[in-house]
Amino acid sequence: MGYFLFRRTVGLFLTLFAVSIVVFASMNVLPGDPAITILGIESTEDARAVLREQLGLDEPVLGQYFAWIFNALQGDFGVSYSYGVPVSELIGERIPMTLSLAFSGMALTTTLALFLGISAASYHKKPGDWGVMLLSQLGIAIPAFWLSMLLVLLFAVKLRWLPPGGFPGWDEPLSAMRSLILPTVALALVQSAVLARVTRSSALEVIRLDFVRTARASGFSKSRVLWRHVLPNALIPIVTIVGLQFAALVSGTIVIENVFYLPGLGRLIFQSISNRDLFTVQALVMMFAIIVVLANFLVDIAYVLIDPRLKGRSN
Amino acid sequence: MTLRQLPANLIIGAILVILVLGVALLSTIWTPYDHAALSISNKFQGPSFAHLLGTDQLGRDVVSQLMVAAGNSMVVAVTAVFIGGTIGTMLGLLASAKGGWVEDLVMRLSDLGFAFPALLFAIMLAAAFGPSLPNVVIAIAFINIPVFARVSRASANQIWTREYVFAARAAGLGKIAISRDHILPNIAAPVIVQATIEFALAILIEAALSYLGLGAQPPSPSWGRMLSEAQTLMYLAPQLAVYPGLAIVTAVLGFGLLGDGLRDISDPRLARER
Repeated sequence: MGYFLFRRTVGLFLTLFAVSIVVFASMNVLPGDPAITILGIESTEDARAVLREQLGLDEPVLGQYFAWIFNALQGDFGVSYSYGVPVSELIGERIPMTLSLAFSGMALTTTLALFLGISAASYHKKPGDWGVMLLSQLGIAIPAFWLSMLLVLLFAVKLRWLPPGGFPGWDEPLSAMRSLILPTVALALVQSAVLARVTRSSALEVIRLDFVRTARASGFSKSRVLWRHVLPNALIPIVTIVGLQFAALVSGTIVIENVFYLPGLGRLIFQSISNRDLFTVQALVMMFAIIVVLANFLVDIAYVLIDPRLKGRSN
Repeated sequence: MTLRQLPANLIIGAILVILVLGVALLSTIWTPYDHAALSISNKFQGPSFAHLLGTDQLGRDVVSQLMVAAGNSMVVAVTAVFIGGTIGTMLGLLASAKGGWVEDLVMRLSDLGFAFPALLFAIMLAAAFGPSLPNVVIAIAFINIPVFARVSRASANQIWTREYVFAARAAGLGKIAISRDHILPNIAAPVIVQATIEFALAILIEAALSYLGLGAQPPSPSWGRMLSEAQTLMYLAPQLAVYPGLAIVTAVLGFGLLGDGLRDISDPRLARER
């Protein structure tokens, strides 16, 4: 396990290093002058020169890159051009919103998908199975932002049960939670459509194995066999997809936060784009990429915990 | 295989895809009205014979806009998947032919590509170059490269072990010639299946980016942007928030089902197991 962890951790850092180069390069090295992006085409050359010096853009590119990485490792992402406060402060304020959305979305996704997928598998080739498959085929085709709008139309505009958007802050926990219901559901429904399909086909693979028949023959109830015997053995593909989905969920929050006007990282990234706040965007893109890479890393580790046989294979 | 033996998802998918492509093609020569023609006195009309789905907040005909948007969406998806698919497939073929460090490099680079969700990459491009439809194409093409590199490498590796490939090598054919003449035609099926599925995803991504204001810019209509405009009018004209979404679902569902169906035909073993 130690060697395996070591190898994966080295891989993780190499990936993060490469990701940081891609992010930095696309923002700084590709043709295009950040000073023009920030100040606009109408700006004077003098103003641009001053800004370039202020932002350290007149330094050699390599030096800029290492300065960025070195400062970022100490939690310093520079000062936001449009807000005038450190970028790390901006991120710190907004990260709880994004994470609570992502985690509640993930929890709902997994619950729904496991339930739907396992029941579909147990009703294989019966109407219940077709129903779940039809729903999940539709769920995959529906854009999350449109589903959000439909939910708003029904629950906010028509029924007036829930707010159409906005966030009152955690000082009012009850209304804060109420305003997170629709975003969480919108995020989770689409994702659980994908996961339910994977759960179903993975469970179908296991269900026809001999030990399942033996378990049923020795008198365990159908649902006990499904949840205690079939599910644990069907987990590997499910965990892969859950890991990939966490990444999809996190980038999904970017869209959902903008649909519901929630003050998280996803909304910040768009405000920064329209404010031409290049360095905030750069820090945020890096943050999101780190979350995605970390999620994939954790999936790799989780494999081995679920099925120790895989450790030998990957060495 | 007769028509009756074709899987249902293939038939339904093909019908939806033909419908969407047909509308997209038709929009290049005919729409009921000029999609951008304003007519403020006709705003927020309900469905009628003159305007089948009514008009929007500026009196523009909704059907005409949906049609032109279908064209835009198809052009973006086809171009992006074609570019990304071509580069990715060539990289996959190269990796499979060369093996060794070349293969390792291509695969590690494709791992890196997976670290960037399409949305994130498009946001990066929009921040650096400003939002535009070409940037959306680049972003979608870019994230398709690793997908196709993996699919084509995995399939090509299997073909390289076939006897006719050994025969071709014994006959003195070079690796590039073998890749072109023997490998590529034999990995076409999985690559085409993947492309169909990626079309569906590309349509979804384009819609999301245009909804967020990073894609099609006014006055060029896009399903995503029509939805973002409709969102501010949800209390006044809720129907405007419904049609573009239905159009997206039709297109995505069509390509998705078609892709599934094609996979079922090209790999019947999988279809039986379902």
